[in-house]
Amino acid sequence: MSKRKPIAEGSEWSFKDVEAYETELARVAERYRLDTYPNQIEIISAEQMMDAYSSTGMPVGYHHWSFGKQFLSTEQQYRRGHIGLAYELVINSNPCISYLMEENTLTLQALVIAHACFGHNSFFKGNYLFKTWTDASAIVDYLLFAKKYVAECEERHGVEATESLLDSCHALMNYGVDRFRRPASISAEDETRRQHEREEFLQAQVNDLWRTIPTKKKAKVEEWPKFPPEPQENLLYFIEKNAPILEPWEREIVRIVRKITQYFYPQRQTKVMNEGWATFWHYTLLHTLYDEGLVTDGFMLEFLQSHTNVIYQPAFDSPHFSGINPYTLGYAMFTDIRRICEQPTDEDKRFFPDIAGSDWLDTLHHAMANYKDESFILQFLSPKIIRDLKLFGIVDDDKEKEIEISVIHDDNGYRQIREELAEQYNLSAQEPNIQVQEVDLRGDRSLTIRHLQHDRIPLDEDSAKEVMKHLHHLWHFDVHLESMQEESVTARYICDDDSTRNVTGEETSPAEIV
Amino acid sequence: MAFQLIDRRLNGKHKSAVNRQRFLRRYRKHIKEAVADAVNKRSITDTDRGDEISIPRKDVSEPQFRHGHGGRQQRILPGNKEFITGDRIARPSGGGGGSGGGNASDSGEGMDEFVFELSQQEFLDFMFEDLELPNLTKKQLKDADAYKLVRGGYTSEGLPARLNIVQSLRGAQARRIALGGAIRRQIRTLKEELDAVALQAGCEARVREIKSELERLQRRLNQIPFLDDFDLRYNNFIQQPVPTSSAVMFCLMDVSGSMTQEIKNIAKRFFILLHLFLKRNYKKIDVVFIRHHTIASEVDEEEFFYSRETGGTVVSSALRMMEQIVRERYPANDWNIYAAQASDGENWSDDSPQCRDLLQGSILPNVQHYAYVEINSGNDQELWHAYEEIQEKFPDNFAMKKVSDSSDIFPVFHDLFEKKSV
Repeated sequence: MSKRKPIAEGSEWSFKDVEAYETELARVAERYRLDTYPNQIEIISAEQMMDAYSSTGMPVGYHHWSFGKQFLSTEQQYRRGHIGLAYELVINSNPCISYLMEENTLTLQALVIAHACFGHNSFFKGNYLFKTWTDASAIVDYLLFAKKYVAECEERHGVEATESLLDSCHALMNYGVDRFRRPASISAEDETRRQHEREEFLQAQVNDLWRTIPTKKKAKVEEWPKFPPEPQENLLYFIEKNAPILEPWEREIVRIVRKITQYFYPQRQTKVMNEGWATFWHYTLLHTLYDEGLVTDGFMLEFLQSHTNVIYQPAFDSPHFSGINPYTLGYAMFTDIRRICEQPTDEDKRFFPDIAGSDWLDTLHHAMANYKDESFILQFLSPKIIRDLKLFGIVDDDKEKEIEISVIHDDNGYRQIREELAEQYNLSAQEPNIQVQEVDLRGDRSLTIRHLQHDRIPLDEDSAKEVMKHLHHLWHFDVHLESMQEESVTARYICDDDSTRNVTGEETSPAEIV
Repeated sequence: MAFQLIDRRLNGKHKSAVNRQRFLRRYRKHIKEAVADAVNKRSITDTDRGDEISIPRKDVSEPQFRHGHGGRQQRILPGNKEFITGDRIARPSGGGGGSGGGNASDSGEGMDEFVFELSQQEFLDFMFEDLELPNLTKKQLKDADAYKLVRGGYTSEGLPARLNIVQSLRGAQARRIALGGAIRRQIRTLKEELDAVALQAGCEARVREIKSELERLQRRLNQIPFLDDFDLRYNNFIQQPVPTSSAVMFCLMDVSGSMTQEIKNIAKRFFILLHLFLKRNYKKIDVVFIRHHTIASEVDEEEFFYSRETGGTVVSSALRMMEQIVRERYPANDWNIYAAQASDGENWSDDSPQCRDLLQGSILPNVQHYAYVEINSGNDQELWHAYEEIQEKFPDNFAMKKVSDSSDIFPVFHDLFEKKSV
């Protein structure tokens, strides 16, 4: 056995040790071509970690009661010992800020430096979603701006008004992102049509001035263009641009919430990949250090224990089960991609002809850079992982008396499981699909939004009614919600100044008389 | 690669304090109800700490559009043991087959109460919110004996012991610069001229002239004193009257045979609340316990609440004793005096008018506030009628209420000290 020259020993960490680990890990990471933003490691206490938790990890944030609620509940759970706090928290910024808890042992600090400062950090810098949608060097400044702006609004327009506006924006937060970028180019034909529509629209507005003058009966009701011409999925954007009587500062706040949500949207889309990537690299980097004799056997044992805890996946019938652990799935997949590259089996060659036997590091970097959870699983979930995790699918149909096992981990099931699991990570399928359908420009200015059901899955009525109140608060006129199954409306709600009512089955809402 | 390691532990850890306050303010109504409940449920001895507060979770929820149950839901799960494709299994009881994604935990299926901890301070704040001590200002500046010295800038005259060296030398330096400026400027120009002239021949006379002039100027410069009397500054102190911050609280209780331990416990709650409340307003509080049946005596707390006595009731004996103690130990212009009397309302029939006269004549003019609590669910008795007359005459510092069981205590206390709209 070769002589070990460990970087540090013992379980208490010191600043010198943390620096030494960072330096060594940076050296090894470079060998694996991990391209990172500069690291900024901050040591914080447990209370500060709870602070960071409650502001969703933002280093600065505007004030809002919901963050206080988050803090109180974290504090309560932590005090009772229900939850432990995370060892680290990392912010997608440049420099990349990682919070390390002071309570961690030296081994844990090394683990989280490898995990956050090199794993997550390189993912933030390399993945296409982050590259497209986030600007790491500007986020902290933007958050600072948001905080100041909100504080100013509170001063000028009152804490209450500002807070209730934020409440409403938060309720629609998940509908403040652009899921699919629409192609910018449109055909000349469309363009002409739109131009025409715009003209008509202008004309109609002029006509509107004369509407109070009694017209002769024969004058037909002018054909009004539908507005918006196409359904809009970004509710907050639509409100920011089109809500009739929002004040400028209110629009700006809607925009702030929208921007911040959009910034964090890639993180929600890449949970499995991001955690898997970071877990894969802390495992690989620390093993490399071990191979070089820079860490001790005791270090490895402690590290492996934490690592094993992190990737523990309880079975579906375990009391600890709460969905598929993204660390487990992501780590297993990246590890398996490496295996497929280095030691492909016949099965792998059938399933992954492109990558079996290729250079593993190239393949891994390619996978990290160009996919999100949904497409990553669809592309790389191997039969071996499906077998290892014993994945199976169920169908719970309210028309059937029992739940059906639709697919299991056998030869016939691999592809189906892969597709269904990928769908499970498709955010736009997990949240109800809701779009702005129409504004009644001619009549009462009511806003109609439409829920398109998937597999007859309905909206949760109580929460939907509450959200509609918030939407009404922003729109200031009646809001209608239609839940559509295929082409027919199965539920209809109206929110006016007083309340939200379920009016399913009652005849004709004004929006329909066209 | 640039790398930074920062120790943030010394930074403030209460970054969320504002958000926490926002939350408390938003749910003020809920929290106040919970606090009032908690006060009544608590044992007598520990009113002085924080508590867990719970609010119905649906009231604090932040709504989002969510999928409901129903329709056709598909899901992939890990850990298959015995299932094969096509198996049918019964729906697990308690809810539908999962809620789609992994976000079920936040939607409030776990707990139906949102529980959190209030600190003691916050707890008391909520408890005494919108209560105030009446007549708090009356004694505040009266007490002429209490002064404290506070810094009041600097003066140019004073005791040597109060000389402020920094200010004095700063003044001196400014003076030296101001007085010497013109001379130094002259010296500078002369020296320049000297440098220019010294090299030229035939200018010896001028050189001499300049040199003597320079000497003269230098002498004048040296004559500016380093430190002048004028520069001296002394620390100045001024006297400020200090508001009286000490209060005395009199607890008067009937311990005659008709007062059961239960009634005493109710009274005790009231006294404790009053004590806590006073503590928030005054630095120092003396408490005097006077119990009485036909004779009054001053006792310690233990005896006050727990010893048993029997016999008739003469309320005026306690009032007389209080008056005497005030006169001897708590002169009214030095102390803020509060009194609370608890009784079941029984009194010797001839005694009530005496009580009225005592209160009107010598007690009420001296006290900040006098609260009478009658623990009695029956009819009004003579003492009550007598006190009603007083209340009409002293609406500001006399208050009376009836209590029938311990859950009334906090509301009654609340009524007694509610902020009166101005």
